Amino acid sequence: METKAYWRANLRLMGILLTLWFVVSFGCGILLVEPLNQIRIGGFKLGFWIAQQGSIYFFVILIFVYVILMKRLDRQYGVAD
Amino acid sequence: MSPEFLTYLFVGASFALYIGIAIWTRAGSTNDFYVAGGGVHPVANGMATAADWMSAASFISMAGIIAFMGYDGTVYLMGWTGGYVLLALLLAPYLRKFGEFTVPDFFGSRYYGNAARATAVVCLILISFTYVAGQMRGVGIVFSNCLGVDISTGVIVGMAVVFVYAVLGGMKGITYTQVAQYVVMIFAYLVPAIFISILITDNPVPQLGLGDAVNDGSGESVLDRLDNTLVALGFDAYTDGAKSTQDVFAITMALMIGTAGLPHVIVRFFTVPKVSDARVSAGWALVFIALLYTTAPAVGAFARLNFIETVHQQNYNYVPDWFKTWEDVGLIAWTDKNADGLIQYGPGAPFAGKPEFTGELTDTGSRALANTPSDNGNEVYVDRDIMVLANPQIAELPAWVGALVAAGALAAALSTAAGLLLVISTSLSHDLIKKTLARPLTDRQELMWARIAAAIAVVVAGYLGVNPPGFVAEVVAFAFGLAAASLFPAILMGIFSRRMNREGAIAGMVIGLSFTLAYITWFKFVDPASNTAEHWWFGISPEGIGTVGAVINFVVAFAVSRVFSAPPEAVQNMIDRIRIPAGVERPHEH
Repeated sequence: METKAYWRANLRLMGILLTLWFVVSFGCGILLVEPLNQIRIGGFKLGFWIAQQGSIYFFVILIFVYVILMKRLDRQYGVAD
Repeated sequence: MSPEFLTYLFVGASFALYIGIAIWTRAGSTNDFYVAGGGVHPVANGMATAADWMSAASFISMAGIIAFMGYDGTVYLMGWTGGYVLLALLLAPYLRKFGEFTVPDFFGSRYYGNAARATAVVCLILISFTYVAGQMRGVGIVFSNCLGVDISTGVIVGMAVVFVYAVLGGMKGITYTQVAQYVVMIFAYLVPAIFISILITDNPVPQLGLGDAVNDGSGESVLDRLDNTLVALGFDAYTDGAKSTQDVFAITMALMIGTAGLPHVIVRFFTVPKVSDARVSAGWALVFIALLYTTAPAVGAFARLNFIETVHQQNYNYVPDWFKTWEDVGLIAWTDKNADGLIQYGPGAPFAGKPEFTGELTDTGSRALANTPSDNGNEVYVDRDIMVLANPQIAELPAWVGALVAAGALAAALSTAAGLLLVISTSLSHDLIKKTLARPLTDRQELMWARIAAAIAVVVAGYLGVNPPGFVAEVVAFAFGLAAASLFPAILMGIFSRRMNREGAIAGMVIGLSFTLAYITWFKFVDPASNTAEHWWFGISPEGIGTVGAVINFVVAFAVSRVFSAPPEAVQNMIDRIRIPAGVERPHEH
């Protein structure tokens, strides 16, 4: 029973993080790039910056957030390695 | 010291280092040979994964491709990094918990039998061989451009080096040489990038320099200057793309899921001690990759701007030396269409195809061309690959920087080639000879077979590098589509669906792979003339069709799996076991 609850919590966390992954990369970097390009940050158009720089930084952060939250989840359900 | 001597020195020293590491870390058992004993530190594995992953294409070609594609270059930047999120969240921890030696091992156990294992071996070999031939070619090109030896000699030298450390060291040797190769590669990439960023913007951080003002007092940012300059010459703006949105979407998706499905990347996560290490290791891999991948768009933009400003409307007799150096090797060509002695640069090809030099010089002193000029105003042919290799010369950096770049490009090509050769050889010795043909082998015999298979794979890859079948360069990019349409969906469903059975998985792989292969073959080799947006299905180019192939794989697998019975009890228990991190073991035979 415990492991079933662990798996459900894992799927939920994964779902949230993968939604963010999709929204930032495909959403902001590709589908919404033109409206976002109207906004400027320094010498960058925002959409272009997300596509060629920001999304990559975001991917790195996303993986480390996953690592930390999963470690907590593993301990909570007593399934840590 | 001459630049040639420096290049020999740097390349020679780096090769000696790799071979030294290989001897020091040589494999003593199949466990060492296949998964480096399962004891690699997650940060070291992250670094090795980054080197394994970043190939000659990433190092030499990517910045140049972005320079000429502008926004459309995003497909490579996001596509080749976003896959690590999928790898970390969906595959790496579970495959590590599974805890065997190879990717086909997973298919053999999860889809209970040799049919699934053999299908995976076929997909793996198809993907890896197309990829490795391109790496060997890359080694040859670096040798010929930087050291003036011919491409074949370069390939043979590269083969000899990979032979020593892949055959001797196996995964253990490869892991630690890849760590060294990453250091060489990233240093070689960043040094010229930092110099060129300072040259153009005064900002020593290329990632920031890209958005900074050009240092000529105008206050205009690099990207705005590029947009304005390109539009004035008749190009699309740099920050706008020419590809359709659905094509950019499909290519990015195909590269991402393809990355997560590449066997030589997946097996790297078999080498860390624990499940949590596999997760964190994927994060470190992406940190090390991101260092190069966020620098590349800056290098591309600086190089394009610098190229236009030094070349356009310039008298041929006053162009910088690098223009003539690369003209000498045929990667730049100039045809003075309006006979004004000035170089005009603009959109469109200056002539059809690659330059064919007559061997004579024109009155202005440039190399005369046999090609018929096209009727647009562009007079310059430039090969995109020179952007990274020419950067040190364009920025007038000391000769040792050029030598460093040559060593870095070789590190990128060799590290990827070694990783690919290893998965090919293990799938032959372990999956084909031992498991599929069911030969009873002792550990020593299996290790010997693994070494023989590695030796054969090196020789075949070298042969393909010396005699490329004409389409290798094209096919390398498609390895991702094939991985996306075959291995990725089957592994994913193997972890996340308890109901998926072998019939469904095999049908999905076979149909997904065949569809993708057929679509690519049709547009690239059977009827290349029709390879335009109006003939593509849903406006998706052959580069992006792997996304559709993956969807087909999922749908077919789902439908077929409902017709046949659920997997046996033992397999369902195995799925439960890989879903929790506790109880991880060192890789071994089950």
